[in-house]
Amino acid sequence: MSLTLPAASAHATEVDYLFAALFAVSAAVLGLVFFLMIEFSIRFRRNSGVDRGQPLRRSWRFETAWTAATLVGFLGLGIWGADLYVRELKAKPGALTIDVVAKQWMWKVEHPEGQREINELHIPVNRPVQLRMTSEDVIHDFGLPAFRLKHDVLPGRYETLSFTPDRIGTYQLYCNQFCGIDHANMIGTVTVLSQPDYERWLAANGAAETLAAQGSRLFVSYGCSGCHRAGGHGGEGNVRAPPLDGVYGSPVPLSDGTTIIADDQYLQDSILMPKKQIVASYDPVMPSFAGVIGEEDIVKLVEFIKSLGGKS
Amino acid sequence: MSAVLERGTSVQSHPSYLTDGTTLRSWLLTTDHKRIALLYAASITLFFFVGGAAAALMRWNLISPTGAIVEHDTYNRLFTIHGVVMVWFFLVPAAPTVLGNFVLPLMIGARDLAFPKLNLASWYMFMSGGVLVSWALFRGGLETGWTFYTPLSTDYARGYVSLAAFGIILSGYSSIATGLNFIVTIHKLRAPGMTWFRMPVFCWSLYSTSVLNVLATPVLTMAMLLLAAERILHVGVFDPNLGGDPLLFQHLFWFYSHPAVYIMVLPGFGIVTEIITAFSRKRVFGYQFVIWASISIAVIGFFVWVHHMFVAGVSVYSGVVFSLLSYIIAVPSAIKVFNWLGTMHNGFIRFDAPMIYAVGFVGLFTIGGVTGLWIASLATDVALHDTYFVVAHFHFIMVGGMVTAFLGGIHFWWPKITGRLYSETWGRLAAALIFFGFILTFFPQFILGFFGMPRRYGTYPAQFQVLNVLSSAGATILAVAYLMPLFYLGWSLFRGERAGPNPWDASGLEWRTASPPPKENFHESPVVTWEAYDYPPPEKQQYSLSELREKTDRRHV
Repeated sequence: MSLTLPAASAHATEVDYLFAALFAVSAAVLGLVFFLMIEFSIRFRRNSGVDRGQPLRRSWRFETAWTAATLVGFLGLGIWGADLYVRELKAKPGALTIDVVAKQWMWKVEHPEGQREINELHIPVNRPVQLRMTSEDVIHDFGLPAFRLKHDVLPGRYETLSFTPDRIGTYQLYCNQFCGIDHANMIGTVTVLSQPDYERWLAANGAAETLAAQGSRLFVSYGCSGCHRAGGHGGEGNVRAPPLDGVYGSPVPLSDGTTIIADDQYLQDSILMPKKQIVASYDPVMPSFAGVIGEEDIVKLVEFIKSLGGKS
Repeated sequence: MSAVLERGTSVQSHPSYLTDGTTLRSWLLTTDHKRIALLYAASITLFFFVGGAAAALMRWNLISPTGAIVEHDTYNRLFTIHGVVMVWFFLVPAAPTVLGNFVLPLMIGARDLAFPKLNLASWYMFMSGGVLVSWALFRGGLETGWTFYTPLSTDYARGYVSLAAFGIILSGYSSIATGLNFIVTIHKLRAPGMTWFRMPVFCWSLYSTSVLNVLATPVLTMAMLLLAAERILHVGVFDPNLGGDPLLFQHLFWFYSHPAVYIMVLPGFGIVTEIITAFSRKRVFGYQFVIWASISIAVIGFFVWVHHMFVAGVSVYSGVVFSLLSYIIAVPSAIKVFNWLGTMHNGFIRFDAPMIYAVGFVGLFTIGGVTGLWIASLATDVALHDTYFVVAHFHFIMVGGMVTAFLGGIHFWWPKITGRLYSETWGRLAAALIFFGFILTFFPQFILGFFGMPRRYGTYPAQFQVLNVLSSAGATILAVAYLMPLFYLGWSLFRGERAGPNPWDASGLEWRTASPPPKENFHESPVVTWEAYDYPPPEKQQYSLSELREKTDRRHV
């Protein structure tokens, strides 16, 4: 089997240009150093009678010249790489958001329409994709050589990875962060489909409900509706708890006087570590659901709360 | 003055440090820096071959895509023990504690280090750490990688993680004590006339290394203690389930471990500078630039640690800032390469074994250096991070660079340490074999990494097999080459020809006393009246340094 490394996005192609430049710089520097080393070794060997001239008096001129040249060259490469990186990280409008939950030692993927897959990811071509990733246990890393991308997947927080595939095909997925015994088995594939094929794939793997709809049922079954009111459920109990309709994306005043925008991370924290941020004028009575609700269900609950409107 | 010293060396009235006491007790309770250096030499050699054996088993396993000999579990333990032993029990201590310990007092004209008893205590701390880690190893090892990332290391990994962490803490204390000892020695015990800018470059690089050791190692101690506290007592520091932050561990770990890269390689720069100047018989080109480059590496080395975390979930801005800082620290390293070439230019070069190691170092270090540019850049680092490209890069610096420099130093100062010469033929052959074996082992790994092969995989997709087999083939050559010095140097220890005080006709103070030196280093305290590297100008190259010194002395008298 021969080595292959497809470039499956415009970003990958741009990174390859930078690789080409780095290769050229490296080859030039190594060529120069090895050439001079061999040349000096032969020309200035101890018993060669070559005229050595007088010792150089002003070595600082050489020193400053090559120091400045190296610095300028290196900074140029640095800025080039930083520019590419910053542009690729920017959120892209109209991106398809897909949830990825990592656990020892598999990748679980949840599509917005409720489709689920393990160690595989199906996405449409030419549409920006944003992966929202979290881990149930240790740190993993979602690595996609064909897109020249990877990002660590951490427990207790959401990290995102966004890219726009522009070539149909099936590409390798590796876990790149050592995550325990079967780290080397935590591999899979990413399949980029044409738009019609993607529609067919969605239909064939269709789930009965969207993530938000599943979240709505979980909201009741986990007992959230015992205290919180959201989407027509609950809120009739004795405990006073913040209502969740429209909370997503809006500012939430906290008991310490600060305000926080309710994003995915805030919602996840509020379920797992409710004491971390207390909404102003409420008592800190909510128990932690860490160990009770798994990451996959948290994703669904967050989707449900998001579906109830708000400013985002 | 020097004439007096030379005459003194020929009179064998004082026994050498090797014959001054021959009991086991006289070695294990010695406070002589030269004997302590040899205690270290024996211990780190042992650790080098333990770490090397783990590497050999890994390379053997990787011959087959499905793993030739071991299961994942065992493979993970092998690379963990390889990393832990090689980093903390070979690379960090090797050059300072063996070569630094031996030659630093000789180079600055001192009788010993400032705190001889602390020096001995450092060795005992180091050995205690080594015993704990070996204990963890023999009871089945651990599976965290040498980086101990949380929460894997605190909550999930099996094995003797805390035991190894305590071993690492002890070896850290040993590094701190040695660093402190060197700093005080350099400040307080330089011989009369040995000004700061008459010191050999190796002393300066040991000084920079010591400052790094003293300032950075305590952070590692803290990180390891917190890790053990979380693993044993479930104190929530790093595990998000306990309210901790897993990235905090990475920040603490790399705040030590990045400077540690320079702790490992700076002494190598110094050794290679000494060798190249001696075998080119020419003063170091840009002496002060080389020194300031070491110091600026030591300073900037504290501000680049986040480049290990570009894909770990740090902010875009810190990514950009730390990428640019990483490019800046590449500049002083480049200065050093240019200055080594500048020293060779117009020199009178001889290729004895140490010089072959030194030019091998320059070649391998430069390859390691330019590939560092690939992973200092953000966009390309995201592609290459945690792949074999990174493995190849740091092995070029740490093994191709540091180990080669260390072996070069061992060959350079061997006649001084033992008083005997070794077989030049075997020495040159081993140096050349190490160079080519190393290239064959690690160059294919750059290509593997570029094509995406992740690190720390005991099995891999079939497309990577050819290059892995090549790499393993190189590793067998490298293994043989690393074993060779044990034999010919061992032979030299007992049968080698007597070396005399200055077999290379090198200029440092250490070459102006007997080989092996007497217990008190110099029969008379030296007074330095000359600049560092006082090699003769081209028209006087036919004279040896001692002939020239006698002439000058006669003129002055």
